[in-house]
Amino acid sequence: MSSLPVNAYLLLALVLFCIGLFGALTKKNTVIVLISIELMLNAVNINLVAFSKYGINPGITGQIFSLFTITVAAAEAAVGLAILIALYRNRSTVQIDEMNTMKH
Amino acid sequence: MSGELFAFLVLALLAILGGILMLNLTKVIHMLLSLVLTFLAIAGLYVMLSAEFVAIAQVLIYSGAVTIIMIFGIMLTRHNDEQKNQGNLTRNIIVGAGVVLFFITMYISINQVSFGDQATDLHVENTKQIGVELYSKYVIPFELMSVVLLVALVGAIILAKRDDEEEAEQK
Repeated sequence: MSSLPVNAYLLLALVLFCIGLFGALTKKNTVIVLISIELMLNAVNINLVAFSKYGINPGITGQIFSLFTITVAAAEAAVGLAILIALYRNRSTVQIDEMNTMKH
Repeated sequence: MSGELFAFLVLALLAILGGILMLNLTKVIHMLLSLVLTFLAIAGLYVMLSAEFVAIAQVLIYSGAVTIIMIFGIMLTRHNDEQKNQGNLTRNIIVGAGVVLFFITMYISINQVSFGDQATDLHVENTKQIGVELYSKYVIPFELMSVVLLVALVGAIILAKRDDEEEAEQK
């Protein structure tokens, strides 16, 4: 049995989520924005795994949900990177604030 | 101080340190590598939460695959420019205030959370439990996930492929 309360894990996940949110909204490089979104997904994963151990109905389901989240996050990273490469080929920039039109 | 609390504190500090470094470093590649520290610390936390399989998947996928993909993204684009001016200050302040407000709101509600019981048999044959559940209760989402991965793969290739015919038409 573990002596730590569930609140410790939730608080850590909240801090990581806030860092990811701030990074995603303020950083200018597209790769860093993408990886900040990954960080936010990771914080949510901590919550899911913590609830699989401590929740109202503790069980393995939370871990399976977090595996699904990891899969979707990997797919999102691949598609995001492909969009980034296509944008870089057309506009030759990776800065967020220079990508302000959809046609060129 | 129990050993568990000590391990949690070290891992949590490493995770938050990686995030803070990501926000404050100037070179893009350094930001990415500092987030690897965060991902590894989170994998350690999964082991503490008796989720060994998820921890291994985290190390393989996040600190392996996703980071390598992002490094490819940096190296294939302009990788040596440093972020000197971090946007305008007013936007940073507004976003920071919003994030702090969100943090306080969530912190208040986290403080009220308390659950009675704990799962005690999660660490016993963890991978076997996950496999049995995946192939009995969650078999349809599991198959759908393989379709999602296939679509993402094909979509990424089509998006990143150089469009030869279009370029020939433009010339």
